[in-house]
Amino acid sequence: MIRARGLSMRYGAKRIFDKVELDVERGGFVLVTGPNGSGKTTLLRLVAGLVAPSAGEIAVDVDRGRLGFLAHEALVYRELTALENLDLYGRLYRVAERRERIGMLLERFDLWDARNERTASFSRGMLQRLALCRVLLHEPELVLLDEPFAGLDSEGAELLDRELAVRHGWATFLVATHEPEQLAPLATGRLAFR
Amino acid sequence: MSGYFADVAALARKDLLLELRARDTLPAMLLFVSAALVIFHFALPSGTGELAGLGLLWVAIVFTALLGLSRAFVAEREHGVLDGLVLAPSDRSAIWLGKSLAALTFLALAEIIALPLFALFFSGIDAGTVAAVALADVGICAVGVFVAAMSIATRARELLLPVIFLPLAIPVIVGGVGASVTDSPGRYFAFLALYDALFATICWASFEYVVTE
Repeated sequence: MIRARGLSMRYGAKRIFDKVELDVERGGFVLVTGPNGSGKTTLLRLVAGLVAPSAGEIAVDVDRGRLGFLAHEALVYRELTALENLDLYGRLYRVAERRERIGMLLERFDLWDARNERTASFSRGMLQRLALCRVLLHEPELVLLDEPFAGLDSEGAELLDRELAVRHGWATFLVATHEPEQLAPLATGRLAFR
Repeated sequence: MSGYFADVAALARKDLLLELRARDTLPAMLLFVSAALVIFHFALPSGTGELAGLGLLWVAIVFTALLGLSRAFVAEREHGVLDGLVLAPSDRSAIWLGKSLAALTFLALAEIIALPLFALFFSGIDAGTVAAVALADVGICAVGVFVAAMSIATRARELLLPVIFLPLAIPVIVGGVGASVTDSPGRYFAFLALYDALFATICWASFEYVVTE
């Protein structure tokens, strides 16, 4: 599903990574590890098509509408409620039975009671749960997760573990993480940046 | 096509809702345009002709629009939400069109205050001037939102917007002032309509390249 050859990225004079080779099969679960600033987030943004590589080639065999991207930020409007944010994304992604699906996800991620609160009042953990709802709303075939456990408490981490296990095998995952051991049982491959 | 316009409506509605909640763009525009017209009223020597006043009306409109446009992508920039919109499968020009419609609404609301205020301080407004303002608003918002989207990716965004937008707004001023001061404004209307059509088409077709690398 993802094939990268000689992928290099520079920001001005600064080299982020050089000549990266990556193959992710459909249904694969690949972990991307490495220290801060090694290029994990940049690689995910490249795969999402948000930035273009400085050199090399990358091919991602999935429609934009079938891609889910969990970024550092929740990518939600702070002046809108959780429900309004998901409704906006649901409309843009043409999610079938949008209201039911949003309700189900909010219930599952324990945000139902906070659905009508503006997200400006959300804690970091609540924002991360809402971001996961946003990512999973349209049942993506390719899921890009950047530090998915960031900000989650133990209950939230358990919820995420369950969601990942349920989707393991039929969705393809590329996950940047500082905690690879937590996801090691699901992993089918690993790309380590230095 | 109906899906495209549904996306545009959802995005424009979102911007109006954000403004309704945050109230940080429209009140500033209203205050600015009112203050500008009061300053112009006292700055112009008594006995100055009506034509000078009409010219200043257009100055006030363009700078009020600039104030609103500088806030157009603040919500998207502050929390990286633009990435979320760009990743959605909808046509990316829908982001530009939705944002332009919201900007047009704010500018029109500011002008609902500005035009009577101008009539109070300077001279009456005729239908030709109102029509010219409406035509000019379309071009101002189409181009302004496009430039505002370009500027959010840069560090000097506060500088880039006025530096690029104001030269592009010169034809609007030429057409608007021309339509306001002449007895036969037809060709100025045509000029403004041509500007709107040309620049709206360019912005619509090239917005994709502005929001992606």
